[in-house]
Amino acid sequence: MTEFLQHIINGLSVGAIYALIALGYTMVYGVLKLINFAHGDVFMVGAMMAFYTSSKWSSEAQHPTIGGAVLIAVISMAICGLIGFVIERVAYRPLRSAPRINSLITAIGVSFFIEYGGQVVFGPTPNAFGILPPLPPVQVGGLSIGAVDIITMAVALALMFGLQRIVFHTRLGTAMRAVSHNPDVAALMGVNVDFIISFTFVLGSVLAAAAGILFASKYPSVQPLMGLMPGLKAFVAAVIGGIGNVPGAMVGGLLLGLIEQLVSGYFSSQWKDAVAFALLILILLVKPSGLLGRATAEKV
Amino acid sequence: MAALLSLENVDVHYGAIHALRGVSFEVNEGQIVTLIGANGAGKTTTLRAVSCMLQPTSGTVRYQGQSLAGQKAHQLVARGLCHAPEGRGIFPQLTVHENLLLGAFLRRDKAGIAADAEKGFALFPRLKEREKQLAGTLSGGEQQMLAIARALMARPKLLLLDEPSLGLAPQVTETIFRIIEDINKQGVTILLVEQNAHLALGIAHQGYVLETGTVVKSGPGAELLKSPEIREAYLGE
Ligand SMILES: Nc1ncnc2c1ncn2[C@@H]1O[C@H](COP(=O)(O)OP(=O)(O)OP(=O)(O)O)[C@@H](O)[C@H]1O
Ligand SMILES: [Mg+2]
Repeated sequence: MTEFLQHIINGLSVGAIYALIALGYTMVYGVLKLINFAHGDVFMVGAMMAFYTSSKWSSEAQHPTIGGAVLIAVISMAICGLIGFVIERVAYRPLRSAPRINSLITAIGVSFFIEYGGQVVFGPTPNAFGILPPLPPVQVGGLSIGAVDIITMAVALALMFGLQRIVFHTRLGTAMRAVSHNPDVAALMGVNVDFIISFTFVLGSVLAAAAGILFASKYPSVQPLMGLMPGLKAFVAAVIGGIGNVPGAMVGGLLLGLIEQLVSGYFSSQWKDAVAFALLILILLVKPSGLLGRATAEKV
Repeated sequence: MAALLSLENVDVHYGAIHALRGVSFEVNEGQIVTLIGANGAGKTTTLRAVSCMLQPTSGTVRYQGQSLAGQKAHQLVARGLCHAPEGRGIFPQLTVHENLLLGAFLRRDKAGIAADAEKGFALFPRLKEREKQLAGTLSGGEQQMLAIARALMARPKLLLLDEPSLGLAPQVTETIFRIIEDINKQGVTILLVEQNAHLALGIAHQGYVLETGTVVKSGPGAELLKSPEIREAYLGE
């Protein structure tokens, strides 16, 4: 039983990270109907920025404190928000009215640009990462829960709660949902669609940066291709939950994390990726619109 | 009287399709002006050109005396120009209440917004009962009511309505037209596109007839209603 609970905790912690990334995919898909393949790379840049601010530009890595970690996370999230803004502005906006395949290819191009540009700028080798002070694991019953896992779950939960508030209870969030249903009509309501799209990219990138930092803290290293697998998994999670659906991305991420950890725990960790993608195929066969996705065809 | 809205020789192309050819007309402040014409005549295109959903290839659209060239649709809402588009354009996955709030997107006066929502509910009591319901679950007629109530939330000076009677039962259509007249009496200028020429001309101060992208006839609504050609072509007599 303790073993099972241990896997559940691990799964929730990994799943929370997937969910944070998946939210960015799903929100951008919502407003632009575009899979932003560069999203996983923004996640990497988030971790990278935290690495640089902590170990190159400050002494946080040598003398870590909670306050310092928060500051570094906020700085990295802000930088990534800016990067998300620039990506949309430079790469996607000029193609807004072009056939969708053009944007898709551009997205792949942006992804390669960041990955290989990252290898030039940051160097190809992994670096050790650490912005948190050493914290003892928390013992609950027979369970030992790592401090990083607790922080990951708490931070992810807080961010997801905040996002949920923004999307469903603010004027901007209502506008985001309106744009995702019909940008032309949203504009007739006075909504500046370009602004909403930029806002969505910024929001998604900020969450990706947070996810990147949490991920780098859990598996304590950073390198320029670290966004590949988590990015892909989060995309799978977004599709499982129902692409374009905000609660769906959260559910999909958590579910995928749980299943992966249970598979690694009870079978073999070599199987976990295969199972993740098998789950994707299964969902696409059984319920192509995703677990929480609308069954209706895309509106034209 | 200066025109609130005027079109001068407006041409619109969709790629190779020449949808509007030198359309000119005026809408005076305080009036109901209707644009009638067969399917594909260019009525919706005209409204889209007015609300800057598309840019004319040539000609000028003036609102409050200023050319709208280069403006974006969302900028016009702030200037009191609101367009309730063809097919209602409600947001099906948002609640009735959220749809109304979007109508007031640019306004910040919470109390005023709430008061206007109540006014909308007074006009269409059925919407009040369905306030928390997803707009997609409303009937066609109720969606049309929502579209009109939502457009009013922006406190428009000029309201563009594209076929408000589409798909409605005759009684509901009559109610909607009575409400359009009421809205106009409260000072909102209305440009009304309609298939139902009879009702539209009946309430319009001024009417324009559009045929394959060109205005072929104009005059006061009551006069057009009597014209034999109009009666034959659009009133099925
Ligand atoms: N997006 C578009 N792309 C290409 N052609 C279009 C487009 N929209 C309209 N058209 C064409 O422009 C012409 C005018 O269309 P419009 O929608 O303005 O007609 P309408 O008078 O509103 O007709 P209806 O009464 O059927 O709504 C039609 O020939 C139509 O096929
Ligand atoms: Mg039309």
